[in-house]
Amino acid sequence: MRLRNLILFIGGLFFGFGLAYGGMSQQEIVLSFLQLKDLGLILLLGSSAGVTALIINLVPKMLKTPVLGGEFGKRRRTLNKRTIIGATIFGVGWGLSGQCPGSSLASLGVGNLPVLIGIASMFLGAYVMGRFFT
Amino acid sequence: MFLVMFPLGIFPYIIGGIVIGLGVGLIYMFTGIHATQSSFFSTTISYFSKIPYFQQKAYRESRGWRNIFAMSVVIGAFIYTITLSPTGFFTTSVQVWRLVVGGLLVGFGTRLSRGCTSGHGISGLASLSTTSAYSVATFLAVGIVTALLVQALGVTP
Repeated sequence: MRLRNLILFIGGLFFGFGLAYGGMSQQEIVLSFLQLKDLGLILLLGSSAGVTALIINLVPKMLKTPVLGGEFGKRRRTLNKRTIIGATIFGVGWGLSGQCPGSSLASLGVGNLPVLIGIASMFLGAYVMGRFFT
Repeated sequence: MFLVMFPLGIFPYIIGGIVIGLGVGLIYMFTGIHATQSSFFSTTISYFSKIPYFQQKAYRESRGWRNIFAMSVVIGAFIYTITLSPTGFFTTSVQVWRLVVGGLLVGFGTRLSRGCTSGHGISGLASLSTTSAYSVATFLAVGIVTALLVQALGVTP
């Protein structure tokens, strides 16, 4: 259990380090991507999804179970109206503010403290979704 | 042409993405967990709200590791800032109302869609999920239209 938490911690360090390295913790860079002034973030999406794809598709072929036991999780998401309406609403918020969930956490690490109020707003938005739309 | 499309170069983006992928892959290889971000909001709310949606098993069971993961993402970004970052600490000048309204929509939308740039974008695409591909195409397109529109309306920063 402790080892599992350590792995999650180290993986999270990589995640946050990479987000900051790739500029995601700066809303100005995210907005300049969405304004098509700097397309770099598509490279970040491609390389992060690419490396992840390699690992999560190859590792279960080489190992029966994860190194620390248990089983390899499968992401199950069915496509429905909520997927697309949710992604649309998220897109408006992303394009307006340059914030998304993971990158906002990374923002705190680079000292980008105004994003705290954005994170508080995300909690409120998530609460409203769970309270009134389920 | 290349410089026009990538004024800050391409390497920070590619290297940053590889580091993210290694982190997600490391966690999957050792624990079988898809390490994603936006569920963190719902799992944290599960500590405070009795509403059945927030009390669902998946949230109660994953909230422990999601806390650790969220905290380490903050620390990982901090480590980058004090080591390799050429510019050091950064504070956005995007107006507060944009952070607030944008944040509300991001929180609501990612939970309705059950994934964000990390869940649908990285883990979903890496799992070759068509649902995630539709979601990513949607939030990318809407994000671009919104950002261009906001810019055209003269809202800056």
